[in-house]
Amino acid sequence: MAGASSDLKLLGAGPSPYVNRVQIALNLKAINYEFLEEKFGSKSELLLKSNPVHKKIPVLIHGDKPICESLIIVQYIDEVWTSGPSILPSDPYDRALHRFWAAYIDDKDLRTAEGEKAKQLAVERIAEGMALLEDALGKCGKGKPFFGGDNVGYLDIAFGSSLGWLRATEKLAGVTLFNEAKTPGLVAWADAFSSHEAVKGVIPETDKLVELAKMFKARAQSQSAN
Amino acid sequence: MASLKLIGARPSPYVNRVQFALNLKSLDYEFLVEKFGTKSELLLKSNPVHKKIPVLIHDDKPICESLIIVEYIDEIWTSGPPLLPSDPYDRALARFWAAYIDDKWAPLLRELRTAQEEEEKKRVLDQMFQVLIQLEGAYRQCSKGKAFFGGDNVGYLDIALGGFLGWMKVAEKLIGVRLLDEAKTPALVGWAERFCSHDALKDAVPTAEELLEFAQKHFMAKPPTPN
Repeated sequence: MAGASSDLKLLGAGPSPYVNRVQIALNLKAINYEFLEEKFGSKSELLLKSNPVHKKIPVLIHGDKPICESLIIVQYIDEVWTSGPSILPSDPYDRALHRFWAAYIDDKDLRTAEGEKAKQLAVERIAEGMALLEDALGKCGKGKPFFGGDNVGYLDIAFGSSLGWLRATEKLAGVTLFNEAKTPGLVAWADAFSSHEAVKGVIPETDKLVELAKMFKARAQSQSAN
Repeated sequence: MASLKLIGARPSPYVNRVQFALNLKSLDYEFLVEKFGTKSELLLKSNPVHKKIPVLIHDDKPICESLIIVEYIDEIWTSGPPLLPSDPYDRALARFWAAYIDDKWAPLLRELRTAQEEEEKKRVLDQMFQVLIQLEGAYRQCSKGKAFFGGDNVGYLDIALGGFLGWMKVAEKLIGVRLLDEAKTPALVGWAERFCSHDALKDAVPTAEELLEFAQKHFMAKPPTPN
């Protein structure tokens, strides 16, 4: 049963991969919701009231109850809306694997750095993570297109939400993170994920994120110069 | 009978969490003790990504990360009281506060241990009290007047915080400041007493003596001066 628009609100912002995770989950379940856009640089009354501990997006407000932390929200959505495809796998061991790798992704720093040496180290670090995730794709997906098998699942959402920024990083830093030769599975997976019905239109275009990154950098530089 | 092995060590709050869960489900397991400072072949093979304890090995399949292991245990062994609440919103709350504990509390405990200057210690302690006050609020919200975060029964969030009770008591001995203070967090004080005297849990909470010995052996250059 799809939730009524008035019953479900998502506080967020388009460029946030954490917000994108929730949007993708809601799309997978064909749930209607009201998107309340937070302006960058300020925090609304509603956000501060709904997430007083962290004051961060995303926050899902169901009825009058706020749920915070992107992956916790995704699990909540999966547990409340049980008609429609399951997001977590049904087998407890597979669930543990999805949760393990999602936690790995959240702990792993996927950003590059300034300066040739630092950039090189960052790329190596990301490449190391990609190699592990390529292996995980084989183990979790068992030859199917997604970490969740035939369907987009929890780990697909956790990792796939960062595709926009990973691609933007490739352009900004002039590096290749998705390497056909080294991680062919992930290259195919990235395509399949990005073109999935529930994902299309959620993750902003790479060029837009590149522009945003340049704007953030310029802003940060002008602030530190003052 | 399922084959269950737990790779770990009693001084680890994260290992304790898994022991609590196993005890609450009345599960037998083989405890493979890791020596501090070295990593066994089995650990490196079972957790190649992080090389850390705890690792639960169930019928030769390794599961890593303490809270993920606790959820796994809850999902496989469904007889006996559940560890996660049944209501999805309560589950989200339990997961939220468990993540908060891992993000905010655990690093502060580490900082306290390595803090050199008195001023630094005070700063860390102030932050720790702030966190405990938040958790006092969480306890009142989640317990709904009952004995534990999980209600009548010990649950996921009790386990998440309970792992740190042993070290909280030792911190008090080492620095002479009571972390769980009747004046600041009375509900948590009551909760801690109930947790530590629970039949299934009391033997799994490490004693102050064993942790002090561990701390003296591994974390200190010389023994602490007596108060």
